[in-house]
Amino acid sequence: MTTQTTAPETAGTTGTALAGLIAIPANTARALATGGAALTIISTFLAWTWTSAFPGDLTVYGYPGGLQVLVLIGAILTTLFCLASYGVKGLGWLIPAGADGAIKFAALATFATTWYTVLAISVDLGGAVNLEPGGYIAALGSLTALLGALALPFEHPTPDPIDPDDTSWEHNKHKAAHQWQTVKAAFSSGTARPVGALPSYAEILIIVAVLAIGLTVFTYGIGTEYDELFIGFLITVGLGFAALGKSGLVAQASQITARHQNITTCGAFVAAALFPFTQTDDQYATLGVYILIFATVALGLNIVVGLAGLLDLGYVAFLGVGAYAAAMVSGSPSSPFDLHLPFWAAALVGAGASLVFGVLIGAPTLRLRGDYLAIVTLGFGEIFRITANNLDGTSGPDITNGSNGISSIPNLDVLGFDFGAVHDIGGFSIGRFANYFFLMLLVTAVVVLVFRRSGDSRIGRAWVAIREDETAALAMGINGFRVKLIAFAVGASLAGLAGTIQAHVTYTVTPEQYLFAGPIPPNSAFLLAAVVLGGMGTISGPLIGASLLFLIPNKLQFLGDYQLFAFGLALILLMRFRPEGMIPNRRRQLEFHEEAEAPTVLTKAGA
Amino acid sequence: MTTDTTTTVAPAAERVLDARGVTMRFGGLTAVRNVDLHVNAGEIVGLIGPNGAGKTTFFNCLTGLYIPTEGEVRYKDTVLPPKSFKVTAAGIARTFQNIRLFANMTVLENVLVGRHTRTKEGFWSAILRGPGFHKAEAASRARAMELLEFVGLEKKADHLSRNLPYGEQRKLEIARALASEPGLLLLDEPTAGMNPQETRATEELVFAIRDKGIAVLVIEHDMRFIFNLCDRVAVLVQGEKLVEGDSATVQGDERVVAAYLGEPFEDAPGNEEIAEVEAAEANADTPADTEAPTDADTPADAETTTDAAPGKENDR
Repeated sequence: MTTQTTAPETAGTTGTALAGLIAIPANTARALATGGAALTIISTFLAWTWTSAFPGDLTVYGYPGGLQVLVLIGAILTTLFCLASYGVKGLGWLIPAGADGAIKFAALATFATTWYTVLAISVDLGGAVNLEPGGYIAALGSLTALLGALALPFEHPTPDPIDPDDTSWEHNKHKAAHQWQTVKAAFSSGTARPVGALPSYAEILIIVAVLAIGLTVFTYGIGTEYDELFIGFLITVGLGFAALGKSGLVAQASQITARHQNITTCGAFVAAALFPFTQTDDQYATLGVYILIFATVALGLNIVVGLAGLLDLGYVAFLGVGAYAAAMVSGSPSSPFDLHLPFWAAALVGAGASLVFGVLIGAPTLRLRGDYLAIVTLGFGEIFRITANNLDGTSGPDITNGSNGISSIPNLDVLGFDFGAVHDIGGFSIGRFANYFFLMLLVTAVVVLVFRRSGDSRIGRAWVAIREDETAALAMGINGFRVKLIAFAVGASLAGLAGTIQAHVTYTVTPEQYLFAGPIPPNSAFLLAAVVLGGMGTISGPLIGASLLFLIPNKLQFLGDYQLFAFGLALILLMRFRPEGMIPNRRRQLEFHEEAEAPTVLTKAGA
Repeated sequence: MTTDTTTTVAPAAERVLDARGVTMRFGGLTAVRNVDLHVNAGEIVGLIGPNGAGKTTFFNCLTGLYIPTEGEVRYKDTVLPPKSFKVTAAGIARTFQNIRLFANMTVLENVLVGRHTRTKEGFWSAILRGPGFHKAEAASRARAMELLEFVGLEKKADHLSRNLPYGEQRKLEIARALASEPGLLLLDEPTAGMNPQETRATEELVFAIRDKGIAVLVIEHDMRFIFNLCDRVAVLVQGEKLVEGDSATVQGDERVVAAYLGEPFEDAPGNEEIAEVEAAEANADTPADTEAPTDADTPADAETTTDAAPGKENDR
């Protein structure tokens, strides 16, 4: 009975076990994808529009510019994957997990970027007449490539039998679910074959290459000059990364980096330190240092939330305490204390003040569990801000100078190195923000070190145990309150440390910088969002999450008032489709995707 | 009387656990009333009782999860502190009735967490990573692997504990409890939901634990398991200790049978009654005679069940 009802409905798609989403023979499809991608490559060297009114100057023949570069990268990636799928010698390493899934995502990346560009030109300049032949060729080429890629055969999932007694609404639901499964299967790929033994110098070279690509992508993203380019960048990087993931290259790269964890970590810091040298002026170093402050604080919060499972909604207050403490001993004229401590002492004061504040808040509140703790920390975060606002000499003693804050904080001067001045290092001029960038990078390194080492130790295991099951953890002899207080205090002092530098970078410390939620990061809500978005319990997750959360509102000015709305929407979608975050802790990935045949063996400490 | 049964195992008979007059009240409800129980070194003691007799409550009093309203619990002559982590540090480890593993940690990590009280490395040691840290960490891992071998899980050390089958999760919980190097192990229904083979294996495991010199106190419903295993069995009914003694004593005790199966008739129990009923069934021509006694019985039966009913709710 059931087979009778399902057979006619699914005959079209499951007639052959292997077929594409579009009915084109496999050979033709592959040829179409390759040809379309090649055509797109050629088109990027042509002019796409007649006028340079569209930003990025896409009018030049023989030299791709702006968005064309992104299209070119996507098209080259597609072509390479296609050629590799034909078995061209020397390209086999590109597709350790099979080519078709990768081709589909790469073609989708190319198509999306191209058509976004073409549409943006048409809309910006008022009509498709503004397109030069190159634009049409690009649109056509990328569309062909996408159609070809989608027609590539894949293994269709077998539909669940339909219950004929169901209502038509349920039939539709069932059909939609099956179609969604089919689409997911179309974009899926196999698991990557393990990396063979390479000589260690080769592995290190691969790590260097990966880091170099990472630095390039980050530098490009931070340096995008107009909205269209940044959106194109996000499309290309997002889908391109998915393509690399489907091809299995990401899995292989992470295998190699896992073999050399220390080298990778050091390399990542070197790559980050090279960032100011890629810049000609201080404009983007400013963004860099703000991102770094935000990311460091998010990483500190990740100790509290990700490892120990304590939901802290007032975390930004600790950053504020550190910043205020450092500002008061910085020799600023609006500070009530006439003190000018050297930087190391100021940093200690900032971290220490946050530590004391953290213990004071933690001691009474950490006896609470779950939601209650979140509410209380939220309250304390607000209390800090309001108190700082009121200690202005009229409503209370004059300590924080009220809403004006502590201003004109002098630049740091460590061992005769003036952070406010421009220095020449090896022919590169390193400005004020770049100086602070280096200092902040050091603090980030400290936080990363604390996170990694404490996470993989007796105390870190106790944190995770408390997060998993507090009663059982207590029965195992873990002093829950003490261990949680340590997590809280460590998180607080790391935020305080970052705050001491933030005070100097921003010149001024005001209560309004430390809101619960606001359009400008860092604030408590954004910090938590960065942790959740990036991936709880990982190191790279909050760093990437923070970069995105900082760059997107910064680059997409047109979002304006809708920014928070957009973030809310993005978070909901993320929680629905990828609850473990962008960079999943392997532990969490197993937790949220039980049905997937994830490896049951967890090697070496998860993240 | 009890020492007689255990002399073969532990002649010294050092008292590992000594609970005196433990009473636990929740508001007006007395879940455990004036229970005395002691466990000698090298002994396996069973604690049985019908559902809701207060066994788990008594366990929670021993492990510091509850603070007894009255009475005191001593472990090797020191009064136990009223915090469960301090009890574990003192030397009493436990497992839970419904398995409470750290589901998203690996098998090895679970056991390492059990080592918490026997290691001292704090936050600074973890950050600075001196030679002492590496030594302690390696020792902990070695000990944890040893325990996993002991329970037979060494091959699954890197698996997530949630992915283990049920029987192995029970074993892992025991290994985790053993990691704290206890002098007394409390097992709360270790064979619940197990098939006979697994129960046999658990029995072997408990004997092996005893042979390591760890005393065991076990709650269980499986009578065969308990009477095979235990040197001494205590019966808890409605929060009170009814009997205590070796298997034969407890099995032969009428009050225990009554507590589990309901009380027999007060006046004429046994064969006479049966004979009477059979006679009545045979001679169907005199129904009135047989009906009278059955009518009289039913209220008596009902009384015993209603007596037991409040006990059911007493536990938690």
